[in-house]
Amino acid sequence: MLKIDRRLIKNFDWITLSLIAALSLIGIMTIYSATRPPLGTGEHPDFYLKQILWLLISIGFLFAAVSFDYRWLHRVSYPLYGLGLLLLIIVLFGGKTTMGAQRWLSIGPLSFQPSEFFRLFFIIGFSSYLTNMGRNLMDKMSIKSILVFAILPLTLLIKQPDLGTAILLMSLFIALSVSKGISRKILTVIIIIGLISIPFLGHIFWDGLKDYQKNRLIAFIDTDVDPAGIGYHINQSKISIGSGGFLGKGYLHGTQGPLRFLPEKHTDFIFSVFAEEWGFMGSIMLLGVYMMLFLRGLDTAMKAKDEFGRLVALGITAMFFVYFCVNTGMTLGIMPVVGVPLPFVSYGGTALLSNFIAAGILISIRTRRFELFYP
Amino acid sequence: MILKRIRLGAYIIIGIVLILCFRIWQLQILDGDRYKRLSEDNRLRILKTPAPRGIIYDRNGTPLVKNIPFFSVSITADNVKDIDTDTLSSLLGLSRQEIQEKLNRKDNSPFVPVKLKQGLTFEEIARIEARRSDFPGLFVETDVGREYLFGKVGGHIIGYLGKITPYQLKKPDLRHFPPDALIGQWGVEALFDNHLRGIPGERIIEVDALGRELRKIQERPSVKGNDITLSIDISIQKAVEDAFGEKAGALVAIKPDSGEILALESLPSFDPNVFSMGIAYNEWKSLMENKKKPMLNRAVQSQYPPGSTFKIITAIAALEEGVIHPDMKVTCTGGINYGRWTFGCWKKEGHGSVDFHKALVESCDVYFYEIGKRLGIDKIYKYATAFGLGKETGIEMIPVKERRGLIPNTEWKKENKRQPWYLGDTFISAIGQGFVTATPIQMAVMTATFANGGNIYKPSLIKINQTPSGIVKLKPETVRMIKEALSGVVNELNGTAQKAKSTLTVIGGKTGTSQVVGKKKGLTGERFMDHAWFVALAPVDNPEIAVSVFVEHGGGGGAVAAPIAKRVIEAYMKSLQSAVNGQQSGNKKTEEIENAQN
Repeated sequence: MLKIDRRLIKNFDWITLSLIAALSLIGIMTIYSATRPPLGTGEHPDFYLKQILWLLISIGFLFAAVSFDYRWLHRVSYPLYGLGLLLLIIVLFGGKTTMGAQRWLSIGPLSFQPSEFFRLFFIIGFSSYLTNMGRNLMDKMSIKSILVFAILPLTLLIKQPDLGTAILLMSLFIALSVSKGISRKILTVIIIIGLISIPFLGHIFWDGLKDYQKNRLIAFIDTDVDPAGIGYHINQSKISIGSGGFLGKGYLHGTQGPLRFLPEKHTDFIFSVFAEEWGFMGSIMLLGVYMMLFLRGLDTAMKAKDEFGRLVALGITAMFFVYFCVNTGMTLGIMPVVGVPLPFVSYGGTALLSNFIAAGILISIRTRRFELFYP
Repeated sequence: MILKRIRLGAYIIIGIVLILCFRIWQLQILDGDRYKRLSEDNRLRILKTPAPRGIIYDRNGTPLVKNIPFFSVSITADNVKDIDTDTLSSLLGLSRQEIQEKLNRKDNSPFVPVKLKQGLTFEEIARIEARRSDFPGLFVETDVGREYLFGKVGGHIIGYLGKITPYQLKKPDLRHFPPDALIGQWGVEALFDNHLRGIPGERIIEVDALGRELRKIQERPSVKGNDITLSIDISIQKAVEDAFGEKAGALVAIKPDSGEILALESLPSFDPNVFSMGIAYNEWKSLMENKKKPMLNRAVQSQYPPGSTFKIITAIAALEEGVIHPDMKVTCTGGINYGRWTFGCWKKEGHGSVDFHKALVESCDVYFYEIGKRLGIDKIYKYATAFGLGKETGIEMIPVKERRGLIPNTEWKKENKRQPWYLGDTFISAIGQGFVTATPIQMAVMTATFANGGNIYKPSLIKINQTPSGIVKLKPETVRMIKEALSGVVNELNGTAQKAKSTLTVIGGKTGTSQVVGKKKGLTGERFMDHAWFVALAPVDNPEIAVSVFVEHGGGGGAVAAPIAKRVIEAYMKSLQSAVNGQQSGNKKTEEIENAQN
């Protein structure tokens, strides 16, 4: 199970590792800039130091995940998924509430968001399910499995409410099902049923939202309705990005973040801070790094030597991509404000750790693509 | 199949990234200039809305203070760079240095305006408003200041609100305050600052480049501080002020059954209004250096020999310890000889044959030399300290520190004077002279403790139900006899305090005179006059008020201090009366209303 041999080192996926390392360093630099005190006086909050600490921990876990044979995950996938669901249920009853949402769970001095890890368990569990199912997907995809892999987790997440993870889960469900191979006929039927049920589902969904989430959706549709509220945030984000111009204001010369016009400047709106300081050139390069990461992920999926590995690699790549789209789309004002971090860049320890573990699995799949298969 | 769809996924990724690139291009290149301008105009300002402070009431519900607007002029730090400090300094009457110092302070936040000057007059406000267009970030802020409705009366108790000091800003519980915050600095304002202070509100507004408010972004209303009801009665305080006139000294009046302070005055007093409007350094200096020491709280900080008022303690000790029989007679010939010393009685021609009652009423020193000799200093020490003398009463007065007075004993003298205790020391201690010293508040607590039969209460500035902090066991016989004697002091023909005799109530008391060193050398003038003491309780049978009066260089206690006590006790009786009447008429009114409703 745990074997580090020469081939593991020889075939190691240095490209993926370099890409996420670059993103993490950009993240720490930007966190440092975003949280610096205004006018250059006063104490510098230690967010960047915490992030460096978490990065070191995360790198350790990444290498552990790489040295792990991912096929072992196939065997424990269902218990793992069950554990994830259990954590989601526990957090509903015993979780801490911050900013109107109940997402945190404490174990002794540590507190973490179970949903950060649940998304990994979901990818592993659902990939395992799809692998076990064999060829004809729609024939066997029972009501029960849809319940277990879609309805149940979605209900639990919306109840928290954790809109970001809920959106991610829906996207992953569709992405993995589609790539497994739903026939065009069935896909059409699903889309038609979906379109018809939108008003009904929308109604239930709308009622399930908390007030601040409703405000976010309203403000997205019309940013001038409530300039002081969430629309104000989107406007400020657009001003930050826009004022960067072609070359940007220069590192540590952005004003919007430190002067506190931007809310959540080091977490959800970190892209705005980056774009203000590095301008159009910097932003395009950052997007380039992300695109390489995604394409490399898809390449890994194609080269994976078994179906489970392929689906997991695909799921992890899709996860990074969905977060990236939702986050940058929000800061650019073309998507609703959903509190989703920018993978590897935003401040946040649990998210960084879980992303690094995910990347570790991704690298593990690619590294073992030549290994012989002894079932 | 699956590979084909993954390839499709790659196209989706490339497509969406391209869309995002297009959007970034749109924001940064196409509209870049517009957003750049917007980011420069972006100015937030955080304004604190002051919280009304709690009102201080006296025991009858009379408000003693009023919240009034307190104006200050501020400037926003993001407008600071291009400021003409010369014009500004002449406009505000501040030196350039002062302004620079305030603007360059380290903890200035770009959105919280910096206060340049506090306590503006209306003329200054008008001048600033007229020049506002020259200084975009400049504006007048309103804070909550205090007006003290009774001026000097009760100034030492009520205290004042003042600017926080650099020293206070370093304290952990005050560290979060802005550097120009107003906090209670003296008296009750300081003691109950946390209680009285409200929670300031906050208004976050967006302003344009000229400092005009564009829109409100967030508002949190302020919360008013809590009111407080003191135990003092302002009408008594006023009576004290009137009764003292120009004289310096202190008076403390206590409610014996609870330790509540009915009045506490130290004269000359100071007017807290002078401080609350932001005092100039010169004024402060002149107050502190004033020869009459108005900032000295004589009620708790002046310690002098209590003189014959201390004979109450010696008398109690003698009766409790059984060293004398009340009918025992001592012949006073005007003094006694001890070795080569003569200890005189204040009455040179002598009191003749003196018993216990007469000794207290006429304050015969020779009688007390005799019982002092029989008791010995350590017994006197035991009773004096049991009544709270020689240690702090525990009254909380900010920022003044209470002094503890001194009750000597043999050990004390050995340690501090490196001398054995002589019988002569006992003589003068027994009549409250020599080493014995006490503060007016200690004498008031002592009197109150005797008045209620031996329960020591910590003096309190608020109405309170407290358990005694100590109990002195007294025989009822002792209490009765001494009360009779104290009543005799005021009401009998030979009493030393006939000037305290009142028609409103039966007052009992004891005079005292504290000798000023230097008098014997034949120096004259006010500086060398004796200090006058008087302690009193009324009505003698069931005391409701205990008073101690101390008059600096007042001369004899009976002549100067006793009439002051009388006026104060009468003021209290009248105040009680009117409170009762008020209640009755109140009852009457409600009855009338009820009748009308019926």
